Amino acid sequence: MSSAERLERGWRPDLRVLGPLLALAALVLIGALLNGNFLSAGNITNVLSRSAFIGIIAVGMTFVITSGGLDLSVGSMAAFIAGLMILVMNALLPVLGAGWPLAIAGMATAIVAGTLAGMINGFLITTMRIEAFIVTLGTMGIYRSLVTWLADGGTLSLDFGMRTLIRPIYFNGILGISFPIIVFALVAICGEVVMRRAAFGRHAAAVGSNDRVARYSSVDVNRVRLTTYVFLGILVGIATIMYVPRLGAASSSTGVLWELEAIAAVIIGGTMLKGGFGRVWGTVVGVLILSLIDNILNLTDGVSPYLNGAIQGVIIILAVILQREKRAEG
Amino acid sequence: MTALLELRAVRRSFGQVEVLHGIDIALAPGEVHALIGENGAGKSTTMKIMSGYLAPTSGQVLLDGVPVTHADSQAAEAQGVVLIHQEFNLADRLTVEQNIFLGREKKRGPFLDKAAMRAEARALLDRLDCRVPVDARIADISNPDKQMVEIAKALQRDARVLIMDEPTAVLTTHEVDVLFGQIARLKAAGVAILFTSHKLDEVRRICDSLTIMRDGAVVAQGRVADYTEDAMAEAMVGRDVSSLYPARAVPVGSGIALRVQGLTVPGFADDVSFDLRQGEILGLAGLIGSGRTELMEGLVGLRAATGRIQIAGRDVSIRAPRDAQALGMCYLTEDRKSRGLLLSQGMRENLTLQCLGDFTNWLIDTRAEEQALTRAIAEFDIRAPSRGIAVGNLSGGNQQKLLIAKIMLAEPDIVIIDEPTRGIDIGTKQQIYEFIHALAAAGRSIIVISSEMQEIIGLADRALVMRSGRIMGEVARADMTEERIVRLAMGLQAEHAGTG
Repeated sequence: MSSAERLERGWRPDLRVLGPLLALAALVLIGALLNGNFLSAGNITNVLSRSAFIGIIAVGMTFVITSGGLDLSVGSMAAFIAGLMILVMNALLPVLGAGWPLAIAGMATAIVAGTLAGMINGFLITTMRIEAFIVTLGTMGIYRSLVTWLADGGTLSLDFGMRTLIRPIYFNGILGISFPIIVFALVAICGEVVMRRAAFGRHAAAVGSNDRVARYSSVDVNRVRLTTYVFLGILVGIATIMYVPRLGAASSSTGVLWELEAIAAVIIGGTMLKGGFGRVWGTVVGVLILSLIDNILNLTDGVSPYLNGAIQGVIIILAVILQREKRAEG
Repeated sequence: MTALLELRAVRRSFGQVEVLHGIDIALAPGEVHALIGENGAGKSTTMKIMSGYLAPTSGQVLLDGVPVTHADSQAAEAQGVVLIHQEFNLADRLTVEQNIFLGREKKRGPFLDKAAMRAEARALLDRLDCRVPVDARIADISNPDKQMVEIAKALQRDARVLIMDEPTAVLTTHEVDVLFGQIARLKAAGVAILFTSHKLDEVRRICDSLTIMRDGAVVAQGRVADYTEDAMAEAMVGRDVSSLYPARAVPVGSGIALRVQGLTVPGFADDVSFDLRQGEILGLAGLIGSGRTELMEGLVGLRAATGRIQIAGRDVSIRAPRDAQALGMCYLTEDRKSRGLLLSQGMRENLTLQCLGDFTNWLIDTRAEEQALTRAIAEFDIRAPSRGIAVGNLSGGNQQKLLIAKIMLAEPDIVIIDEPTRGIDIGTKQQIYEFIHALAAAGRSIIVISSEMQEIIGLADRALVMRSGRIMGEVARADMTEERIVRLAMGLQAEHAGTG
């Protein structure tokens, strides 16, 4: 390649960077044109708050996928943690009474459970050397079954007084911005900084790119992998803390398909499924694209909302085609 | 007698570089022909041209005295010329019979004719005196049996010329005896066989004629009976490259930088002991597969190993490469493309990967990284078309220099360099040799693993020679000759073991 060609390539707008942003902008434009209510504060808050659960999880998923892993268990994990959180709060109600100490105990339960669940996945994948797909397929079934069993096939409901108390965690906010949006934004910003500027992000990309090179370069490959799963588990815990106040209940249908939505958002955002490269801001854009499609279909009459999944599927495939790149031959 | 397969004045270039300079070899029916030479002498390229994997740049391939052009290896196989790879070319999960007929399955109407294939597979294996069941999976059978299946597969294709690339490298002594029995049978059936091996005693045992190659040319050809093993070794080595290596400027220090006692890497190295002095360049010679790389990987914690290791007089425990690095010892891999560098990432990310902690204070200091890259580019003369280029697009020589720069960021006192110049042009080679000398002159201790005898002789103050996971002997700089090293590496002479 001559230097002139390189220069030209450097100036050409990079579809891999711009693609997701353009798609998002197009969706916003389409939404605004189709429905005057689309850009209202109420609708925007609604869309962003609902996407916060998947978004928080997808930030963690970005690290897992970047380091060459995968986690299918996060949806079931969220349901299980939600059920556990409700059970613990209900059980401690006579001791602590309905108040913020009890709410904090519930939150601590979620974080600890998320950490442990992430450690279990990570341990099985790194130390036991079982493929991530298999391990998390297994834990996915286990958590789903456990929450169904805990709820005895029905719904686990939080005590009514507590439900009223923690409702603001989902519905209120600061300066008109709801708490889920604030938490999602904080998680995304921290994730982006860690991915781009911290040694951990660099190590995750190195492990996903070629774990042998990482090992020969004195990187503790297993620890990096394990950490991505623990990090994801903690974020599932945080997402659950945001989710439980919304309905105050958990059942076997909680968090169904969250794992696939999170993975889809990561891929739409430009992270490579086989690992080695990830970008958190892209994941955030991916989450927004997926929720906007859902929202626009609900607001307009032209296309049935039942086609939501089909349109999302097309977007995912398109994203991957557009982001395909010629890689250095090795 | 006309030759079955003949190469006439065959030349082959890769890009600008010519690697075969006019090769003439004739394989006669019912004869085993040995092709020997050092690593890089051009044996593999020659075999690939014979079997249609590569086309000659100029010159002729003659089959039964008629010039042929094989479009690919399948075309050659159809003509009865079959190459048996050193790494077997068998599908592990399929059965013996399925492998023998892979791609040439017998059919009855639209269905596979299993009965006929089983019967023929059995007959082929019986001809080879091989007892392996035809319905056993390849993964479950032994290496010599796999070799037999490869040969049976070749026979099923009516092989008249069998090219065997180091068939005994993976076999035990007994298995070699079995294989040689089969070779004798094939020979009696009129098959022409080309046999390569690094074991000269085997050549003496089984071969009738031989060709010795060096640097892409034939240096000797004739009847095996006319050559002693010593004469073969002598012909394989010996050339003047003295100007390539810098003169030793600073004497070796007296202190012991590294003492290894009874290091065992299960399956690869057995009870190895040696000392490395300060400022010393220690050569580690031996054939590929002798356990050199695995021994060093065991030393730096990349493989499970047992034994006593002392660095600067203190007992140390090394379980992972980071432990070795913390103690000032780094290993530079021979496999820069799949173990050394992240090919899809940039030079900066690769340079600092080993010591990212030094550039991190909560967050990575990108500016310090850029400065380190600027220094590395200057110091190691890394020539990249642009700073942001993916490392996979650099030339091999520049990749190697970047890899050295990456290791040297850790400022190790003990550097283990595995094949420092594999696949690198002569100019870069010289730069790397000078750099290794500069390191030694600065008081650092270096172990150089190399398959190139000249490299060991040109660089090392002292050389250890490995064979089958053991140190066969030590050669001091004063009496270091290729022949001496080759003899030790081939197990011809072990009386020098333990001296020095």
